[in-house]
Amino acid sequence: MQTDKEILIKLAQQNPSELSPDELGQTALLRKIQIPRPLVMVNSSTSGIVAGSMRTWEAIEQYAAERSIDIDLAETGSIGLSSEDPVISVQLPGRCRIFFSRITAEKVSCLLDDLFHREVPDQHVIGQLIREGQEPWKDVPSLEDIPYFALQSRIVLESCGIIDPFSLEEYIAGGGYRAFLLTIRSYTFSEVCDLVSDSGLRGRSGGGFSTGEKWKAAFRTPSDQKFLVCNAEESDPGAFMDRTLMEGDPFRLLEGISIAAYAIGSNRAYIYIRSEYKNAIRRINNAIKILREMGLLGDNILDSGYNLQISLRKGPGAFVCGEETALIASLEGRRGIPSSKPPYPSTSGYLGRPTVVNNVETLSNLPGIIRNGPDWFKGIGTTECPGTKIFSISGRVKLTGLVEVPLGTSFDTIVNKIIGGVGKGRELKALHVGGPSGCMVPVELMDIPVTYETLKEKGLIMGSGGIFVMDDQSCVVNTVSYFMEYMNKQSCGKCIPCREGTRRMAEILRSIIRKPADEEEHTTLDRFKGMMRLETLAEVMKDTSLCGLGQNAPNPVVSTLKYFKNEYEEHIFDRRCPSNSCTELRSWFIDVDLCTGCSICAKRCPAEAIIGTARHPYFIVQEKCIGCGICHEVCKFTAVYYK
Amino acid sequence: MADETARIEVILKRFPQIKRNALIPLLQAVQDEFGYISEEAISRIGAHLSLPTSKIYGLATFYNQFSFTPRGFYHVVLCNGTSCHMSGSGELLSELAKLLEIKDGETTRDGLFSLEVQSCIGACGQSPVMAVNCEYHSRISVKEVREIIKQYREDADR
Amino acid sequence: MGVRLEVNGRSIEAEKGETILSALNRHGMHVPTICSMKDLSPSGACRMCVVEVEGSENLVPSCSFPIEGPMKIMTHSPRVLRARKTNVELLLSNHPDDCLYCERNGSCELQSLSEDLNIRERRIPGKRSPHKIDKSSPAIIRDPSKCILCGRCVRICEEIMATSSLDFAHRGNELKISTTLAKPLNYSNCTSCGQCLVACPTGALIEHVQFPELEEHIHAPGKLVVAQYSPAVAVSVAELLGYKPGTDLSGIINAVLRRYGFDKVFETSFGADLMIMEQARIYQDRKRDGQDLPLITSSCPAWIHYAEQYYPELLYLLSPLKSPQQIAGALIREWFPKAEKEEGKEIVSVVISSCTAAKTEAKRVEMTRTGIPTIDLVLTTRELARMIKLSGLDLELLEPELPDAPFYSTGSAGKLCSVAGGEAEATVRTIYAQITGTEIPASKLHRFRINKSYREMIVKAGKTEIRMGTVSGLANAVAVIEELLSGKRKLDILEVMACPDGCINGGGQPIPAVEKLIRSRSKAVYDMDNGSKNHTAHGDPLVQEIYRDLLKEAGGKLSQDLFYTTYLKREVLL
Repeated sequence: MQTDKEILIKLAQQNPSELSPDELGQTALLRKIQIPRPLVMVNSSTSGIVAGSMRTWEAIEQYAAERSIDIDLAETGSIGLSSEDPVISVQLPGRCRIFFSRITAEKVSCLLDDLFHREVPDQHVIGQLIREGQEPWKDVPSLEDIPYFALQSRIVLESCGIIDPFSLEEYIAGGGYRAFLLTIRSYTFSEVCDLVSDSGLRGRSGGGFSTGEKWKAAFRTPSDQKFLVCNAEESDPGAFMDRTLMEGDPFRLLEGISIAAYAIGSNRAYIYIRSEYKNAIRRINNAIKILREMGLLGDNILDSGYNLQISLRKGPGAFVCGEETALIASLEGRRGIPSSKPPYPSTSGYLGRPTVVNNVETLSNLPGIIRNGPDWFKGIGTTECPGTKIFSISGRVKLTGLVEVPLGTSFDTIVNKIIGGVGKGRELKALHVGGPSGCMVPVELMDIPVTYETLKEKGLIMGSGGIFVMDDQSCVVNTVSYFMEYMNKQSCGKCIPCREGTRRMAEILRSIIRKPADEEEHTTLDRFKGMMRLETLAEVMKDTSLCGLGQNAPNPVVSTLKYFKNEYEEHIFDRRCPSNSCTELRSWFIDVDLCTGCSICAKRCPAEAIIGTARHPYFIVQEKCIGCGICHEVCKFTAVYYK
Repeated sequence: MADETARIEVILKRFPQIKRNALIPLLQAVQDEFGYISEEAISRIGAHLSLPTSKIYGLATFYNQFSFTPRGFYHVVLCNGTSCHMSGSGELLSELAKLLEIKDGETTRDGLFSLEVQSCIGACGQSPVMAVNCEYHSRISVKEVREIIKQYREDADR
Repeated sequence: MGVRLEVNGRSIEAEKGETILSALNRHGMHVPTICSMKDLSPSGACRMCVVEVEGSENLVPSCSFPIEGPMKIMTHSPRVLRARKTNVELLLSNHPDDCLYCERNGSCELQSLSEDLNIRERRIPGKRSPHKIDKSSPAIIRDPSKCILCGRCVRICEEIMATSSLDFAHRGNELKISTTLAKPLNYSNCTSCGQCLVACPTGALIEHVQFPELEEHIHAPGKLVVAQYSPAVAVSVAELLGYKPGTDLSGIINAVLRRYGFDKVFETSFGADLMIMEQARIYQDRKRDGQDLPLITSSCPAWIHYAEQYYPELLYLLSPLKSPQQIAGALIREWFPKAEKEEGKEIVSVVISSCTAAKTEAKRVEMTRTGIPTIDLVLTTRELARMIKLSGLDLELLEPELPDAPFYSTGSAGKLCSVAGGEAEATVRTIYAQITGTEIPASKLHRFRINKSYREMIVKAGKTEIRMGTVSGLANAVAVIEELLSGKRKLDILEVMACPDGCINGGGQPIPAVEKLIRSRSKAVYDMDNGSKNHTAHGDPLVQEIYRDLLKEAGGKLSQDLFYTTYLKREVLL
């Protein structure tokens, strides 16, 4: 559907209450509230594709072609439930849109058959989206009523998974670009800075620094050129909120960037995005192209005299480039190595010019703040930390996905009430919050309200908002060891405490969760000494590392030594993993009833720890066993088990 | 060789501005075109941007995206994000290493497979995840990995 | 603008905008550093210089932290000392424990730092990264296992020498210093200048020691072992032997080398005298024809190496002469046995030099005749010092001796070539005399001795003007040559020295090479000249004798045969 440029611009600058009936009709069409044909939307974001949504797409196309049914098939982003992918939504004219989970290709024809006969299948239903002027389905829960959505405050994520990310029309009809037009027409640069400063918005990438103040520093520094950089590196494993936002609602981000660039008086903005995010790159590029055609980007935007160019730069892949000075080094075509602050990028950044680096979530908050005013924003969340925060939750949970809640919400609400907690029969052990440099939050602290300050008080950090949920079958030390190995690989290597410190910490942790083949008497003492050393190393790393990566790298170790010391001790002294997930510390046994005495395990055992006589049950000498588990792998009779 | 030179020249022409900040996009273009960065490419990019080649090599080795050996016909990407790691991607990696007889970042001698471990491809709901030439395999086990690799081997034979 | 700092309870004055470190150093307060180096850009990598600043959550690196206002600083609080100590221990945890066998034992900064911090046990054990030693280069050996990744070599190679053979590669636990595509140094664009190994705080970069090979030759019967040493060595070896820096030890060196077993001891400056004679001739020819100017000197092998790689189109401007040590070496090899009737003996020709590039130069095909290298071994000043210590001689009781005839300088022209600008000065003295028939007054050229990396002056010789220039440090040289190319600068003769300040600051010189020591070395060379009765090459009776008896004339057939060579384009990854 191609809409006239003038109509769209007109829609973008009008208050919804002032729209004429004609325009209202137009908006309803653009927002897909009124549709001429059945509409099927497929989540084609990365998690959808990984789950097979492209095959689902082809199956839908084939279904419609075979039956000569005239349908509209459109792409959309993720509604945040990535474990339920492929998610598709179907809307029949006049009816509400229903969302379905896990619709793989083979389920398509069954589902669509039912729906076109106005029947809703029992399985795979997530819920329906209730919108004005549409008839709801009977016996289908409203999205707002299911716990996952009911307890969230979706502000930034409001359109993700609902709108077509390739369509500027739909974005504008939903209220998009009103904020940007308001900005460039009614506010001066410093007024925008003041407004955002007043709203209390803080950087969502972890530091929690006031966005408005950062802007002001850059705005006040005189320079021939200023830069705005959108940090879309999102390199924390387990964090996927930025990617979801870019894939699901790219125009919101671009509007946010435009507002931020205007506020600091910059006409050059860059989006530094992970090159692995091919899907998001495609959508952002498409959005930039459309915005240029529409005259919402480029020179003299809508005759305001304001020029803005946004370009996309692909980050070639390094965790440390999420740090702003390293990101700037990378943009300049250098090794992504952080530099000492001061000087801060807001006074001397990209090419030595004032540069503001904001992350995707922060920027995506801006259209809402400008449109609804700072007071509206301050009404959400807490006084010090207004607004919402998106958390990405993964691990041993019922649902994996994104949760957007007002700051100040407790972990308990996020994990237990919204996501549904850990699986049946399992017990929640801890949350790892904030990615590889994050902290382990014990169950005792589940009730604290999540804000930058409360977490800091407890020695925890929010980071980018990744939450990894651990149940009684996950090992704390093992997880920490994984993070430390990761940090060691990802450290830029420039400063000694980070480069050598992470290496030694990783070694110590590895020695705790592994069983060396040549176990000697003093190794237990060595391991214990190692654990003591972890604390000293952590303090020095925090004190002397050049950038946030090194300073925060010991966080997982520090927080677990504080809250889970007993797990370390069990690993060290008893040489066993309480959750049985450190494979090398497992004790293997042979079930005498199942063993046929084929002797294959004894032959393959690298430690010669299995003895027995042929055709009689074998057994494992525990003192010799190195826990490699090869016997388990080779046994054809599943007679080998561990405790 | 002549063909390679010409293809590099075409890429260089797309980057007329000889500034250092063009280096990463240029290397990405070369990496996309050839699947790796050759000595010839390094030398020509250095001459184009008036940069010492050691700086180009130093930069390229810093980032995950660039490699200096050609990739395999099938490029296997294994996700080792937190979620995937906890769902056993470590075991998948050792299985892959055993099956293909290569380590992370290497290519098999016959040029059929190359292996890369990525930190997180962002599909934590589907873990563990493996991709072969952008075809995704989600929630896989060690056994399935064996079958998948076997399947690609058979496809290649045909 | 002045700011008051409170440091360890004492109040000091500092400038706004300067770093904490510079303010502390000015007030005599020492904070250890590894990665920071004078004249190089700050890096902030090693975290040794951290100090505690009141109000700052973490420790701050004093080397890169600018002073904005009044501060309260603690430079040696327990917290700071523990941080420094732990960081050094972390470095040591990935460092081989072979100090006793290490080339830099005694001059290693990591060693002295751990001594200062009272590190007496290995508290942090751990695996060390496996590394291969690169011995490909005839001049420089790289042992990455001893590298502490401070980046001084990288910065000096890039910022001072404009070569960038080395850079950081990979990251995290894989971080290393590497050439392009991790090629051996010999296949890189390294010019063997050796500045990196003088900058290196540890033994990760050392010279390719040839001293043990010398041992084999020196006592072998039937071999005539001949040494030549340069004046840069004579004025700096003192630093390694406990003498006052800047003492000229020529006489002692002669005596020691003879007792050590050398059959003859000559001076490289004699080769330099001949080079000046030939160079003056080449200059006169080119000036007469009005072409191929400026004449660019070719005495520095690292500069030659650089020009062959980066300026192949300018090689025609270079003087076709070999370096002084090769000129002297050619005479020793070809003419000396005949003159001395020692034809039956196999000559082993040894150069003792302040230059590491001379080691690479000696391996060049151009520097051989019928497959035999002109120079067999090149030792550095540091190797000489070790040889002297090994000789077991009490230098105090040794009487200074003269070098052997016929290859030594009675004048100071050749000796002057050891300092930047000296070669140009000495050459112009001879040219001046050839044009005017009178000697140039010594004071006339003193203005050419100011302490600057690039110097230029115009000398009037009768009716003609000689525009002379000298530049040292390859990065500075590149700037001057670019100006010549663009026509912004016009010169008749340009002396290029790869190392800043010339041979006295060569890659083979004593470590550390701090400003004060380098000044004392250059002063010693200038003192030689000032105290000399004969300031010119053409005025040296030994030079006159060799032209009369053997060479006949500068630029003659035998000169061409022995002293001239050709320089060719070198294909490497730049």
